[in-house]
Amino acid sequence: MESVTFDLERGSVREVNQYLHGDAAALKGQQITVTSPNGAHNIAVGVDADVTITIDGHAGYYAGGMNKHASIVIKGSAGTGVAENMMSGKVHVKGFASNGAGASAHGGLLVIDGDAGLRCGISLKGGDIVVGGSVGSFSAFMAQAGRMVICGDAGDALGDSLYEAVLYVKGDVKSLGADAQFEAMSDADFTAVASLLDAAGLKHDPRAFKRIASARTLYHWNADADQEY
Amino acid sequence: MEKPIHFARLQQEESQGYDRKTIDYIHTAAQRGLYEIRGLGAKRRVPHFDDLLFLGASLSRYPLEGYREKCATQTLLGTRFAKKPVVLDIPITIAGMSFGALSANVKEALGRAATAAGTSTTTGDGGMTQEERQSSKTLVYQCLPSRYGFNPDDVRRADAIEVVIGQGAKPGGGGMLLGQKVNPRVASMRTLPAGVDQRSASRHPDWTGPDDLAIKIQELREITDWEKPIYVKVGATRTFNDVKLAVHAGADVVVIDGMQGGTAATQTCFIENVGIPTLAAVRQAVDALEDLNMKGTVQLIVSGGIRTGADVAKALALGADAVAIGQGVLMALGCNSDTYFKDGALHSAAADYAALNTSPGFCHHCHTGKCPVGVTTQDAVLEQRLQPEEGSRRVRNYLKTLNMELTTIARACGKQNVHHLEPEDLVALTVEAAAMARIPLAGTSWIPGQQY
Repeated sequence: MESVTFDLERGSVREVNQYLHGDAAALKGQQITVTSPNGAHNIAVGVDADVTITIDGHAGYYAGGMNKHASIVIKGSAGTGVAENMMSGKVHVKGFASNGAGASAHGGLLVIDGDAGLRCGISLKGGDIVVGGSVGSFSAFMAQAGRMVICGDAGDALGDSLYEAVLYVKGDVKSLGADAQFEAMSDADFTAVASLLDAAGLKHDPRAFKRIASARTLYHWNADADQEY
Repeated sequence: MEKPIHFARLQQEESQGYDRKTIDYIHTAAQRGLYEIRGLGAKRRVPHFDDLLFLGASLSRYPLEGYREKCATQTLLGTRFAKKPVVLDIPITIAGMSFGALSANVKEALGRAATAAGTSTTTGDGGMTQEERQSSKTLVYQCLPSRYGFNPDDVRRADAIEVVIGQGAKPGGGGMLLGQKVNPRVASMRTLPAGVDQRSASRHPDWTGPDDLAIKIQELREITDWEKPIYVKVGATRTFNDVKLAVHAGADVVVIDGMQGGTAATQTCFIENVGIPTLAAVRQAVDALEDLNMKGTVQLIVSGGIRTGADVAKALALGADAVAIGQGVLMALGCNSDTYFKDGALHSAAADYAALNTSPGFCHHCHTGKCPVGVTTQDAVLEQRLQPEEGSRRVRNYLKTLNMELTTIARACGKQNVHHLEPEDLVALTVEAAAMARIPLAGTSWIPGQQY
């Protein structure tokens, strides 16, 4: 299996991304390592190939943004918008993640071993997010589809204006946002949590999690208005 | 006892502040407890391009022969950073309007018309449809706060990316698509339950200010290997500062949408009371580019109430590189027409307007999805009233007409290239327009606010 290393002390993010945007068949199965990332922005964005990418340190904004197929490990913390708009594949942050982690992700799995900042999973569109620690306020704001597992606590306004995404929280929820509500866990929920924890490599008892979903009272502007406005 | 005769006048005197329109508004609010939502743009009168006139050539200027001598219209957008700038035959583009607000037929018609006219069309808050990609030679792909349907494959298939901060009809507000237009295909493209009243976010999910935007733009450049131009679209408010910030963030092209710009559905109070007129915004935008020494490096597209070739010429003379048109294009398709074209013949739409309690010339019911002429609808029956072939023909003709009008005026001003039109070619009819556009009042050398 071919291994390629890019050292960002000597090369640029542009070179890394240009290489990763090469022919998908030729890239398939390759192991790419990015050393000395030192918080550089936009590392491994727009990848559309079945490759394994290791970022050996802290990444800046949008690491793994719009990812398709790639498996990306960040051996450090990630800045704003890690794995934003991911379509498929996996992004694993070994440290902490800043704001907007997994924003509008359509697919794939984002794992954050530590805590995530504000608006984690905002506008989620089908992706899965597992956070080993806690998430900041306004997480899962307007989340449309997909699942979030939060092993720690959640801040204020969790799940504000939720659509069809489902949230599972083990710790305390400071407050729920508009239209979000606690619901009973079903067998399917326990199975889903167990499977997501397993995929993330985290050990928690699925029975300790609470389910949060949309009460769907905001789906229609005003039900009495007969849609005339 | 009989009342004095002069009381009769008072009995019928309408209040300026509480006229019939206002009283009806208050009565409706009191009855419904709900504000009005509607489509299209501001209906109030504001200073506009109508308040400017061109000074054609005479003894002191030399005109071009109107029917013989060439007048170039080619327009380049995205020359600052993009490896593949957008090259258009005419400086008149089609503004972003969503599949959802418009039918798939209409999106296809716009793509065909833009391609035939040598210009670009733009996606909207509902992602890119296969039909519009296939029919459009040059397609601008919007990156909106909602990110509905936004995906890297379409980013790579686009010819330019437009990061939408806001629109002129509702600067500071998010999109809105009422449930009656969220049919299964629209819902699926937006990852929403069908029939839901969709209200988009007003802020982007993964960045919060101009410094973040700079990194976001860089991400889009990285994803597209620095090939595609990145536009930044802003609703006109604090335009001078906003344009400077957009340039600072790395935009190739700034799009300024004035308050007359249209919408598929927004609160009337928002449409009529938020934002500044296009005329005022153009001047501020050009000032900002000149202040940064970026005029000609960063291109400026102006939209919001551009209707005629004269409007296009005035926008260009004030410093725009191109214009974008939404409502005018919808009207070219038949919006507010009393007929629609189907099976080779015109049919009356009068009954359908009447069902909406309106009539041609007054309709703004895009939000209901019951467009009588099949333009702003997702209804399976109504959308058949606008076929791509006929729609494309009309829009192509409209764009062609505007371009001919534009070159007519440019030639009369002695310009071999429409981009050579300049503020010096214009005068203002009103003090307000003179002050906003910084153009002298006709017949004088007076520009309000400037010292001599």
